[in-house]
Amino acid sequence: MLERIWRGSLAPLVAAAAAIVISSIALLISGNNPVDAFVEMWKTIDSTAAVVDIINTAVPLYISGVAVAIGFKMNLFNIGSNGQYLLAALIAGWAGAEVSLPPLLHVPFVFLVAMTVGGSWALIAGILNVTRNVNVVVSTIMLNYIGIGLSAFLLSEYLRDTENGGLVAQTKVMPESARLPSLNPIFEFFGFNFGPRVELLGFLPFAILLGVVYYVLLNRSLFGYELKLSGMNADAALSAGVNPKRMVLITLFMSGAVAGMIGLPFLLADPTFLKYGDAFPVTLGFTGLGLALLGRNSPIGVAAAALVWATIEVATRRLGSLGIPPEIGKILQGSFLLAAVIAYEVVRRRNDAAAAEEAAKATRADRETPPPSPPNETAPIGATS
Amino acid sequence: MSATIDATNVTPGRAPLLSSTRWRIVALVMVGVAVMSIARIIADNGDLTSSSTFGVALRTAAPIALAGLSGLIAERSGTINIGLDGMMVMGTIFAGWWGWQYGPWMALLGGIIGGMLGGLLMSVATTTFGVNHIVAGVAINLIAPGVARFMASELFVGVQGGSVTSSPGNSGSMGSFTVPFLSGGDLFGWRTPDILGWFEDTGWFMIADAAGFSKGMTTSVTWDVVLTIGLFFGMAYFLWHTPLGLRLRFSGERPSAAASLGVSVHKMRYIGMAISGGLAGMGGAVLVLFANRYQENQVAGRGFLGLATMIFGNWMPAGTAAGAGLFGYAQGITLRTNPAALVNALFLAAAIGLVLTAIYMGYRRSITGAGTVVAFSLVAFWAYFAVEEPNNQLVFVTPYVVTLIAVSVGAQRLRPPAEEGIPWFKGMQ
Amino acid sequence: MSESGGVNGDMTDAPIAIQLTDIVKRFPGVIANDGVNLTVRKGSVHAIVGENGAGKSTLMKTLYGAHQPNEGTITVNGQDRVFSSPKDAIADGIGMVFQAFMLAANLTVWENIVLGQEPGTKLSLNASEARSRIRELGERYGLDVDPDALISDLGVGDKQRVEILKVLYRGAEILILDEPTAVLVPQEVDALFASLRELTVEGATIIFISHKLDEVLKHADAITVIRQGKTVGEVPDPSTVTSHDLAEMMVGSELPTPETRDSTVTDQPVLELSGLTVKATESGGRDPVHNVSFIVHRGEIVGIAGVEGNGQSELVRSLVGLLPSTGTVLLDGDDIARLTTRERRDTGIGYISEDRQKDGLVLGFTLWENAALGHHHRPPFAKGPWLDVSGTKERTEAIVDEFDVRTPSINVPAFTLSGGNQQKLVVGREMTAEPKVLVAAHPTRGVDVGAQSVIWDILRDARAAGLGTILVSADLEELIGLSDRLLVMLRGEIVAEVDPATVTPAELGSYMTGATTGAH
Repeated sequence: MLERIWRGSLAPLVAAAAAIVISSIALLISGNNPVDAFVEMWKTIDSTAAVVDIINTAVPLYISGVAVAIGFKMNLFNIGSNGQYLLAALIAGWAGAEVSLPPLLHVPFVFLVAMTVGGSWALIAGILNVTRNVNVVVSTIMLNYIGIGLSAFLLSEYLRDTENGGLVAQTKVMPESARLPSLNPIFEFFGFNFGPRVELLGFLPFAILLGVVYYVLLNRSLFGYELKLSGMNADAALSAGVNPKRMVLITLFMSGAVAGMIGLPFLLADPTFLKYGDAFPVTLGFTGLGLALLGRNSPIGVAAAALVWATIEVATRRLGSLGIPPEIGKILQGSFLLAAVIAYEVVRRRNDAAAAEEAAKATRADRETPPPSPPNETAPIGATS
Repeated sequence: MSATIDATNVTPGRAPLLSSTRWRIVALVMVGVAVMSIARIIADNGDLTSSSTFGVALRTAAPIALAGLSGLIAERSGTINIGLDGMMVMGTIFAGWWGWQYGPWMALLGGIIGGMLGGLLMSVATTTFGVNHIVAGVAINLIAPGVARFMASELFVGVQGGSVTSSPGNSGSMGSFTVPFLSGGDLFGWRTPDILGWFEDTGWFMIADAAGFSKGMTTSVTWDVVLTIGLFFGMAYFLWHTPLGLRLRFSGERPSAAASLGVSVHKMRYIGMAISGGLAGMGGAVLVLFANRYQENQVAGRGFLGLATMIFGNWMPAGTAAGAGLFGYAQGITLRTNPAALVNALFLAAAIGLVLTAIYMGYRRSITGAGTVVAFSLVAFWAYFAVEEPNNQLVFVTPYVVTLIAVSVGAQRLRPPAEEGIPWFKGMQ
Repeated sequence: MSESGGVNGDMTDAPIAIQLTDIVKRFPGVIANDGVNLTVRKGSVHAIVGENGAGKSTLMKTLYGAHQPNEGTITVNGQDRVFSSPKDAIADGIGMVFQAFMLAANLTVWENIVLGQEPGTKLSLNASEARSRIRELGERYGLDVDPDALISDLGVGDKQRVEILKVLYRGAEILILDEPTAVLVPQEVDALFASLRELTVEGATIIFISHKLDEVLKHADAITVIRQGKTVGEVPDPSTVTSHDLAEMMVGSELPTPETRDSTVTDQPVLELSGLTVKATESGGRDPVHNVSFIVHRGEIVGIAGVEGNGQSELVRSLVGLLPSTGTVLLDGDDIARLTTRERRDTGIGYISEDRQKDGLVLGFTLWENAALGHHHRPPFAKGPWLDVSGTKERTEAIVDEFDVRTPSINVPAFTLSGGNQQKLVVGREMTAEPKVLVAAHPTRGVDVGAQSVIWDILRDARAAGLGTILVSADLEELIGLSDRLLVMLRGEIVAEVDPATVTPAELGSYMTGATTGAH
């Protein structure tokens, strides 16, 4: 077990070291002191308030990562989760503010609308794929920009709040019945007090639930088996009687439905929003792509990646006061991501070679048999088949 | 590229109307001109096919075309370059920096270098380390804006006219070129007659539209755009008429065959990605030259649009150029004086064109295809009749919708390089 | 030029063209070559024999510079050589035709041939010179191919000619051919060796890999036998040995034979095809499978013979529902022709696909995950919508034990297994599901003799137990030996039915190419 954890975390650790080195070089070139920068970053996150802030920031990022991870597992690259979530957040925000329902129904209603809209938008790519053989990467990219444009259009033309003069392009604020309370009381009950104006937002349990559902579905269900099977070898899936069209449609719908939830923490739980409008974060979908890669599409990995991402975001906020550009955070995140995907690949090839070696040894000891040859796609660097 | 599983093979019930590809292209162009002309007359909007509209379209098409060409060389050499959007971003920041410091030509060079850095970085991941190409591309796209923002904050903040989101502006601008006689360019100081302009002014069915197009292509074309057009011819020559081009194509079609004859696939893929990055970066530089400064988010997904263009163009330079022209036009009209009316007229043209396509597909007995196209044409008709004043967001969406339609209609016939996107290592078969 | 003799005079005095000494080549988990020696004389046709996985191809790739040996020396015409890439080997006059053709399907013949040594300058590729040189070479050696044809339009024989032209174009004097006869019928094999013999007259040296002993004895001037990465025998004069001797050297015993003993054929039809057609994908194209009808009885193995690309592959795929088809397919009297792949598997069709690594297995999945493949929605692999991991593992252990899959554990990924063990897992998986009909495509392709004999036993036992089998294979001996009835496919149609008890491989070959017709 310990060895498994070590094996799993070796690549990210190497990547983190590489990211720190690269960022330090960037800081040095631009005439800043990297040590000062990292000390200040540590100071910034060294408080309960900062930790709560990181968790709040990480929740939507996490959902975004899971959304695309579902598709990635099947080699179905849903690049367009950004458009899916903006459209979903807009329509769910509008619909949620239009209806009046009891609290127990109101929140599920908003969920339902958001997931349906996000899923349906992604489903268009699925339908084009199975009926017209359109590459999913291409169609989701196109639908992404169409979704972004369409949501801006719908907001300004039809769904904006016209009551308060209608000057600001935003939907109506969600009614009380559609709000998820902060989690502070629960922690206070156990004696933790986060301090004034620090709130652990109420969406966190849903994110955890999402992770559990994703894990069980992926590792324990036939659907998860077929999903991984289709992703690793589409031909074998076909021969095994898996209907590829059905898989494409279901998977894209699920990916889009989860993407539809990306905006919900803001709509339902974040008191600074509770509506869809101008200040609404608009690039979380793109970030999710990176997080799925960092977290290797596993629920726990994506969670860790989202926390790291959020930590960097929170930590660099106060760098400006030292005259260090907070944009160094972007360099840190970016170089971490690229180093990580490379490190994962290298480690994977190493492990495959080691597995082949071990298996061959064990089998040879058993009886003389002809040697195995590693398959092409897992051949170690420089090796031959 | 992804788990695209072959949909049921559409078996066309009938052969195409014209057997020769050349005549089919000629017929297609004629039909296109006719449709635009009809839409111009019905919608009563001369600007739909005016030379100035086409001039702007050419200008907006150039960066998309370069992005498409960037994707083309990358994929021909075996790498799927989703990261070219990020390479364009790298191009804009370098072009903004060098353009501000050294002038427009150095902006172009800076853009190429910036993009090339991105291309080589991605190639390290994909070629040397065998990282999945989509994964590496996504990573590049996430990194590039960060690098650009960091560089902008270091370079432009605190400078007169500069900020973290904008460079202070280029020093000087690039000259332009007008063809004599056809479009009234100067010849040794003599102002030649403007023949195309005269035809354009007649308003004749199809002729005025064709003249408007030709004049737009030959009037006040800046040198970076001239260079872009030249690069398309250069690319076609390079890939199909030089030994290196042949080797490059082999590393996309069958890398093991190349390796078995002693051609280094890794070298070819690095070359492909260096050129690809350079072209993408140049696309970014063209944007900077157009706006006369670097602006954050200037690329606005044009890299992806370029990829779409390349797919639309079936991985061929001519097709890519055609696609870029189409999308450039769709984007360009949003920059004209009355974009709403133009877009409305374009919706009509699209609707008519789609109806014709549907009829033809029905004739070929491709029922699902015809159905898809009819659905799109209904949307276009609806947009023409129902949306009085299409606002800017809807206009922004147009090229992506066009692409989606084009790809939905044409995906069956597309043929990407056979072994692109597959990491290759020595000894693989 | 002797077509029947094979021995081209006494070669033992000719100068040595190639000398490989103590070659060692290691891969992760594998020592593919463990001190191999090889001596090839100039102007000879030299065979390298050994069973699958013995290390023949690895050795030849070493000689061609495709990879570098860990130890050992290479001598060409008396001079020590180190090849860091095929480029170096080509420069020394060595050329290689790989077992899997190294051709880009979407490019033309001339582009495929000149690649790497293009005529013209760096800035301009001289296509017309390329075409004329290829035509000239073709005429000279009787290897006629249209330089402007697309590779994808060529048949297997033409592709092989292109491969040989590629080598000749580079002026190679030493030709390596890796299993050149694997996909050829006997007549084509003779033609190929006739051309090769002609090349030796002009001074070329030929090295070819094979495990077909009759063919080796017929055509080679000298033989080197490799077993488990080591040279175990050198035969300077093939007339002194028998195929029995060679087999003894190759595997240490008699080679397994596919002979079936007593007939177990019943008169109960289990699978009846009538008018099965797979429509062409392009209008006007030829149907890959056209109007095929036959019956498989319980306890019967029906062999399908045919040159690759004549519709066998499509027939197999349509039978398991992977290709849409028209016509009827009755399984125990019920029409299954409209069912999906899953439904067909559920009603009792077992499937061994022609390429286990492509769609028979998921190499990155563990053995237990692979054991569920295709049956994963049924007990013991599933409980309702959930995967039954313990049930699956139990079943996997049973398959591994019963079908002799050599593996340290069922939790290792499938890529760690040798080809033979992978195939035994596939066969075991399909047989454990107790199908009524087994559709088996090339069930022993690329496996070692041990696995081959296990798989043959399994097929024979299942036949005795009443299984109806459709067997497609390129190995004519396997087809003749195992089948109760043999059908020959040509251009998508069944053109002949022959009795495996009386037919010879050569006769079968002439049916396959269409040289002989009828015999229904």
